[in-house]
Amino acid sequence: MADKILYTRPRSIRDVKTHYCPGCGHGIVHKLIGECLDEMNCREKTLLVAPVGCGVLAYNYFDVDAIEAPHGRAPAVATGMKRARKDKLVISYQGDGDLLAIGTAETIHAANRGENITVIFINNAIYGMTGGQMAPTTMEGQVTKTTPYGRDVTDVGYPIRACELLNTLMAPYYIERVSVHDVPNILKAKKAIRRALQNQLDGKGYSFIEVLSMCPTNWGVDAQTGADWVRDVMMPYYPLGVFRDKGTEEASRVQ
Amino acid sequence: MKKPLIAIEKCKGCGLCIGACPKKILELSSAFNKQGVNYPVCKDESSCIGCKFCAVICPDCVIEIAETDGEV
Repeated sequence: MADKILYTRPRSIRDVKTHYCPGCGHGIVHKLIGECLDEMNCREKTLLVAPVGCGVLAYNYFDVDAIEAPHGRAPAVATGMKRARKDKLVISYQGDGDLLAIGTAETIHAANRGENITVIFINNAIYGMTGGQMAPTTMEGQVTKTTPYGRDVTDVGYPIRACELLNTLMAPYYIERVSVHDVPNILKAKKAIRRALQNQLDGKGYSFIEVLSMCPTNWGVDAQTGADWVRDVMMPYYPLGVFRDKGTEEASRVQ
Repeated sequence: MKKPLIAIEKCKGCGLCIGACPKKILELSSAFNKQGVNYPVCKDESSCIGCKFCAVICPDCVIEIAETDGEV
Protein backbone atom coordinates (compact mmCIF):
# COMPACT_ATOMS: atom_id res chain seq x y z
CA MET A 1 0.00 0.00 0.00
CA ALA A 2 1.70 3.10 -1.23
CA ASP A 3 1.13 6.56 0.12
CA LYS A 4 0.73 9.22 -2.53
CA ILE A 5 1.86 12.59 -1.19
CA LEU A 6 -0.59 15.32 -2.20
CA TYR A 7 1.06 18.24 -0.43
CA THR A 8 4.58 18.63 0.85
CA ARG A 9 7.43 21.08 1.32
CA PRO A 10 8.33 22.80 -1.99
CA ARG A 11 11.64 21.82 -3.58
CA SER A 12 12.88 25.44 -3.36
CA ILE A 13 12.74 25.36 0.45
CA ARG A 14 15.46 23.44 2.26
CA ASP A 15 14.52 20.79 4.78
CA VAL A 16 16.03 22.63 7.74
CA LYS A 17 14.65 24.02 10.96
CA THR A 18 14.02 27.76 10.71
CA HIS A 19 14.89 30.17 13.51
CA TYR A 20 11.43 31.77 13.31
CA CYS A 21 9.22 31.72 16.39
CA PRO A 22 6.15 29.45 16.56
CA GLY A 23 3.30 30.90 14.50
CA CYS A 24 5.47 33.41 12.61
CA GLY A 25 4.22 34.37 9.16
CA HIS A 26 7.70 34.33 7.59
CA GLY A 27 7.63 30.54 7.28
CA ILE A 28 4.33 30.69 5.41
CA VAL A 29 5.57 33.36 2.99
CA HIS A 30 8.82 31.43 2.41
CA LYS A 31 6.73 28.41 1.50
CA LEU A 32 4.54 30.43 -0.89
CA ILE A 33 7.55 31.87 -2.71
CA GLY A 34 9.08 28.38 -2.84
CA GLU A 35 5.91 26.93 -4.32
CA CYS A 36 5.75 29.68 -6.96
CA LEU A 37 9.40 29.13 -7.93
CA ASP A 38 8.76 25.38 -8.23
CA GLU A 39 5.67 25.87 -10.37
CA MET A 40 7.39 28.39 -12.63
CA ASN A 41 10.49 26.19 -12.81
CA CYS A 42 12.64 29.19 -11.90
CA ARG A 43 14.60 27.90 -8.91
CA GLU A 44 17.86 27.67 -10.86
CA LYS A 45 17.72 31.24 -12.09
CA THR A 46 16.49 32.99 -8.95
CA LEU A 47 18.60 35.49 -7.04
CA LEU A 48 17.26 36.32 -3.59
CA VAL A 49 18.19 39.47 -1.69
CA ALA A 50 17.86 38.86 2.04
CA PRO A 51 17.14 41.83 4.33
CA VAL A 52 18.24 42.78 7.80
CA GLY A 53 15.50 41.82 10.21
CA CYS A 54 13.93 38.50 11.08
CA GLY A 55 14.29 37.40 7.44
CA VAL A 56 18.07 37.89 7.64
CA LEU A 57 18.81 34.17 7.40
CA ALA A 58 16.41 33.57 4.50
CA TYR A 59 19.34 32.36 2.38
CA ASN A 60 19.67 29.38 4.72
CA TYR A 61 16.09 28.33 4.00
CA PHE A 62 15.69 29.00 0.29
CA ASP A 63 17.52 26.61 -2.01
CA VAL A 64 18.42 29.44 -4.40
CA ASP A 65 21.36 31.78 -4.87
CA ALA A 66 21.14 34.65 -2.43
CA ILE A 67 22.97 37.68 -1.16
CA GLU A 68 22.65 39.59 2.11
CA ALA A 69 22.10 43.32 1.66
CA PRO A 70 23.11 46.03 4.13
CA HIS A 71 20.19 47.22 6.22
CA GLY A 72 17.51 48.75 4.02
CA ARG A 73 19.57 48.55 0.83
CA ALA A 74 17.96 45.42 -0.59
CA PRO A 75 16.18 47.26 -3.47
CA ALA A 76 19.46 48.97 -4.41
CA VAL A 77 21.33 45.65 -4.38
CA ALA A 78 18.50 44.03 -6.33
CA THR A 79 18.66 46.86 -8.87
CA GLY A 80 22.34 46.19 -9.49
CA MET A 81 21.84 42.45 -9.74
CA LYS A 82 18.96 42.77 -12.17
CA ARG A 83 20.72 45.31 -14.39
CA ALA A 84 23.85 43.13 -14.51
CA ARG A 85 22.00 39.84 -15.03
CA LYS A 86 18.76 40.54 -16.88
CA ASP A 87 18.15 36.82 -17.39
CA LYS A 88 17.79 36.20 -13.64
CA LEU A 89 14.71 36.43 -11.42
CA VAL A 90 15.57 38.89 -8.64
CA ILE A 91 13.47 38.87 -5.45
CA SER A 92 13.96 41.44 -2.70
CA TYR A 93 12.52 40.03 0.54
CA GLN A 94 12.13 42.70 3.23
CA GLY A 95 10.49 43.46 6.56
CA ASP A 96 8.92 46.69 7.80
CA GLY A 97 12.01 48.07 9.52
CA ASP A 98 14.16 47.34 6.52
CA LEU A 99 11.78 48.60 3.86
CA LEU A 100 9.98 51.49 5.53
CA ALA A 101 12.42 52.84 8.13
CA ILE A 102 16.09 52.75 7.21
CA GLY A 103 15.41 51.74 3.59
CA THR A 104 12.65 54.21 2.72
CA ALA A 105 14.80 56.10 0.23
CA GLU A 106 15.93 52.96 -1.58
CA THR A 107 12.41 51.58 -1.63
CA ILE A 108 10.83 54.70 -3.10
CA HIS A 109 13.52 55.33 -5.68
CA ALA A 110 13.68 51.72 -6.86
CA ALA A 111 9.89 51.90 -7.32
CA ASN A 112 10.11 55.32 -8.97
CA ARG A 113 12.68 54.03 -11.47
CA GLY A 114 10.36 51.11 -12.21
CA GLU A 115 13.18 48.60 -11.79
CA ASN A 116 12.23 45.19 -13.13
CA ILE A 117 12.39 43.46 -9.73
CA THR A 118 9.91 41.84 -7.34
CA VAL A 119 9.71 43.16 -3.79
CA ILE A 120 8.03 41.04 -1.09
CA PHE A 121 7.31 43.18 1.97
CA ILE A 122 6.45 41.45 5.27
CA ASN A 123 4.43 43.83 7.44
CA ASN A 124 4.08 42.53 11.01
CA ALA A 125 3.70 45.94 12.70
CA ILE A 126 6.76 45.52 14.91
CA TYR A 127 10.55 45.07 14.90
CA GLY A 128 10.84 41.35 15.45
CA MET A 129 14.56 40.59 15.39
CA THR A 130 15.60 43.25 17.87
CA GLY A 131 12.97 42.25 20.40
CA GLY A 132 9.74 44.08 19.66
CA GLN A 133 10.34 47.82 19.29
CA MET A 134 7.98 50.20 17.47
CA ALA A 135 8.14 50.00 13.67
CA PRO A 136 6.83 52.57 11.15
CA THR A 137 3.89 50.20 10.63
CA THR A 138 3.05 49.76 14.34
CA MET A 139 -0.66 50.38 14.90
CA GLU A 140 -1.98 53.41 16.78
CA GLY A 141 -2.14 52.55 20.49
CA GLN A 142 -0.17 49.32 20.04
CA VAL A 143 2.06 48.48 23.00
CA THR A 144 5.66 47.66 22.10
CA LYS A 145 8.97 47.74 23.99
CA THR A 146 9.53 51.38 23.01
CA THR A 147 5.89 52.46 23.28
CA PRO A 148 4.87 50.98 26.65
CA TYR A 149 1.75 53.20 26.79
CA GLY A 150 0.81 52.46 23.19
CA ARG A 151 1.87 54.26 20.01
CA ASP A 152 1.11 57.96 20.45
CA VAL A 153 0.44 59.34 16.98
CA THR A 154 0.79 62.95 18.12
CA ASP A 155 4.38 62.16 19.11
CA VAL A 156 5.67 59.64 16.55
CA GLY A 157 3.19 59.94 13.69
CA TYR A 158 0.82 57.53 12.05
CA PRO A 159 1.54 54.04 10.68
CA ILE A 160 2.77 54.20 7.07
CA ARG A 161 0.74 52.48 4.40
CA ALA A 162 3.38 51.30 1.94
CA CYS A 163 1.06 50.30 -0.91
CA GLU A 164 -0.79 53.62 -0.88
CA LEU A 165 2.53 55.48 -0.70
CA LEU A 166 4.03 53.70 -3.70
CA ASN A 167 0.76 53.96 -5.59
CA THR A 168 1.33 57.73 -5.92
CA LEU A 169 4.33 57.01 -8.17
CA MET A 170 4.01 56.63 -11.94
CA ALA A 171 6.43 53.77 -12.60
CA PRO A 172 5.36 50.72 -10.51
CA TYR A 173 3.66 48.04 -12.57
CA TYR A 174 1.92 45.97 -9.91
CA ILE A 175 1.09 46.76 -6.26
CA GLU A 176 -1.00 44.48 -4.06
CA ARG A 177 -1.58 43.94 -0.34
CA VAL A 178 -2.35 40.44 0.92
CA SER A 179 -2.42 38.66 4.27
CA VAL A 180 -1.39 35.24 5.60
CA HIS A 181 -3.58 35.05 8.70
CA ASP A 182 -5.87 32.31 7.35
CA VAL A 183 -5.93 29.76 4.57
CA PRO A 184 -8.12 31.59 1.99
CA ASN A 185 -5.89 34.65 2.29
CA ILE A 186 -2.75 32.51 2.06
CA LEU A 187 -4.00 31.11 -1.26
CA LYS A 188 -4.70 34.66 -2.49
CA ALA A 189 -1.23 35.70 -1.35
CA LYS A 190 0.28 32.91 -3.39
CA LYS A 191 -1.57 34.09 -6.49
CA ALA A 192 -0.30 37.63 -5.93
CA ILE A 193 3.31 36.49 -5.50
CA ARG A 194 3.04 34.33 -8.60
CA ARG A 195 1.72 37.30 -10.55
CA ALA A 196 4.52 39.55 -9.29
CA LEU A 197 7.18 37.04 -10.31
CA GLN A 198 5.57 36.52 -13.72
CA ASN A 199 5.55 40.30 -14.30
CA GLN A 200 9.30 40.31 -13.82
CA LEU A 201 9.84 37.38 -16.19
CA ASP A 202 7.76 39.23 -18.78
CA GLY A 203 9.94 42.32 -18.32
CA LYS A 204 7.02 44.46 -17.16
CA GLY A 205 8.74 46.28 -14.30
CA TYR A 206 8.45 46.90 -10.59
CA SER A 207 6.08 44.63 -8.64
CA PHE A 208 5.40 45.15 -4.95
CA ILE A 209 3.56 42.70 -2.68
CA GLU A 210 2.84 43.70 0.91
CA VAL A 211 2.03 40.74 3.16
CA LEU A 212 0.31 41.32 6.51
CA SER A 213 1.89 38.81 8.83
CA MET A 214 1.87 37.65 12.45
CA CYS A 215 4.51 38.18 15.13
CA PRO A 216 2.92 36.38 18.12
CA THR A 217 6.06 36.40 20.25
CA ASN A 218 6.61 40.16 20.20
CA TRP A 219 2.90 40.92 20.31
CA GLY A 220 2.78 38.79 23.46
CA VAL A 221 -0.05 36.53 22.30
CA ASP A 222 -0.43 32.94 21.12
CA ALA A 223 -0.33 32.11 17.43
CA GLN A 224 -4.08 31.92 16.82
CA THR A 225 -4.76 35.16 18.70
CA GLY A 226 -2.03 36.76 16.59
CA ALA A 227 -3.72 35.62 13.40
CA ASP A 228 -7.03 37.02 14.67
CA TRP A 229 -5.31 40.33 15.55
CA VAL A 230 -4.15 40.70 11.94
CA ARG A 231 -7.75 40.29 10.81
CA ASP A 232 -9.36 42.49 13.47
CA VAL A 233 -6.83 45.29 13.98
CA MET A 234 -4.45 45.43 11.03
CA MET A 235 -6.78 44.73 8.13
CA PRO A 236 -9.17 47.66 8.79
CA TYR A 237 -6.19 50.06 8.64
CA TYR A 238 -4.29 48.20 5.91
CA PRO A 239 -7.04 47.22 3.43
CA LEU A 240 -6.25 44.23 1.24
CA GLY A 241 -6.45 44.39 -2.51
CA VAL A 242 -4.81 45.32 -5.79
CA PHE A 243 -3.73 48.97 -5.82
CA ARG A 244 -2.06 49.05 -9.20
CA ASP A 245 -2.21 46.60 -12.07
CA LYS A 246 -1.05 48.07 -15.34
CA GLY A 247 -1.51 44.65 -16.96
CA THR A 248 -5.29 44.78 -16.50
CA GLU A 249 -5.36 48.46 -17.46
CA GLU A 250 -3.56 47.67 -20.72
CA ALA A 251 -5.85 44.74 -21.41
CA SER A 252 -8.99 46.82 -20.82
CA ARG A 253 -7.68 49.57 -23.12
CA VAL A 254 -7.25 47.06 -25.97
CA GLN A 255 -10.86 45.90 -25.71
CA MET B 1 -8.39 7.88 1.85
CA LYS B 2 -6.57 11.06 2.75
CA LYS B 3 -4.74 11.84 5.97
CA PRO B 4 -2.19 14.30 7.40
CA LEU B 5 1.34 13.04 8.04
CA ILE B 6 2.74 15.08 10.93
CA ALA B 7 6.53 15.24 11.40
CA ILE B 8 6.26 15.80 15.13
CA GLU B 9 9.95 16.49 15.79
CA LYS B 10 9.90 19.52 13.45
CA CYS B 11 6.80 21.03 15.08
CA LYS B 12 7.11 24.22 17.14
CA GLY B 13 3.63 23.82 18.58
CA CYS B 14 2.06 27.06 17.33
CA GLY B 15 -1.31 25.38 16.79
CA LEU B 16 -2.31 27.32 13.65
CA CYS B 17 -3.20 23.99 11.99
CA ILE B 18 -5.72 23.24 14.74
CA GLY B 19 -7.56 26.51 14.11
CA ALA B 20 -7.45 26.00 10.34
CA CYS B 21 -8.90 22.46 10.25
CA PRO B 22 -12.54 22.67 9.06
CA LYS B 23 -13.38 19.22 10.47
CA LYS B 24 -11.81 20.02 13.87
CA ILE B 25 -10.00 16.68 14.01
CA LEU B 26 -6.60 18.04 15.07
CA GLU B 27 -5.70 18.58 18.72
CA LEU B 28 -2.54 19.24 20.71
CA SER B 29 -0.90 16.17 22.15
CA SER B 30 -0.32 15.77 25.87
CA ALA B 31 3.16 14.41 25.08
CA PHE B 32 6.14 16.60 24.20
CA ASN B 33 8.55 16.36 21.29
CA LYS B 34 12.33 16.86 21.61
CA GLN B 35 11.87 20.64 21.33
CA GLY B 36 9.67 20.46 24.40
CA VAL B 37 6.39 21.48 22.79
CA ASN B 38 3.02 19.81 22.36
CA TYR B 39 2.46 18.83 18.74
CA PRO B 40 -0.82 18.30 16.84
CA VAL B 41 -2.26 14.84 16.48
CA CYS B 42 -5.13 13.72 14.28
CA LYS B 43 -7.77 12.14 16.48
CA ASP B 44 -9.95 10.84 13.66
CA GLU B 45 -8.15 10.13 10.38
CA SER B 46 -11.27 8.68 8.79
CA SER B 47 -12.92 12.13 8.93
CA CYS B 48 -10.06 13.84 7.05
CA ILE B 49 -11.24 15.33 3.76
CA GLY B 50 -7.74 16.12 2.48
CA CYS B 51 -8.42 19.87 2.16
CA LYS B 52 -4.73 20.60 2.96
CA PHE B 53 -5.65 23.61 5.14
CA CYS B 54 -3.47 22.41 8.03
CA ALA B 55 -0.51 21.85 5.71
CA VAL B 56 -0.94 25.16 3.88
CA ILE B 57 -0.98 27.26 7.06
CA CYS B 58 1.91 25.39 8.76
CA PRO B 59 4.87 27.82 8.78
CA ASP B 60 7.38 25.02 9.23
CA CYS B 61 6.36 22.47 6.58
CA VAL B 62 5.60 19.94 9.34
CA ILE B 63 2.43 18.52 7.79
CA GLU B 64 2.19 16.53 4.56
CA ILE B 65 -1.07 15.30 3.12
CA ALA B 66 -1.01 11.71 1.88
CA GLU B 67 -3.50 9.64 -0.04
CA THR B 68 -3.53 5.96 0.72
CA ASP B 69 -5.33 3.50 -1.51
CA GLY B 70 -7.49 0.82 -0.02
CA GLU B 71 -8.38 0.14 3.56
CA VAL B 72 -6.22 1.48 6.37
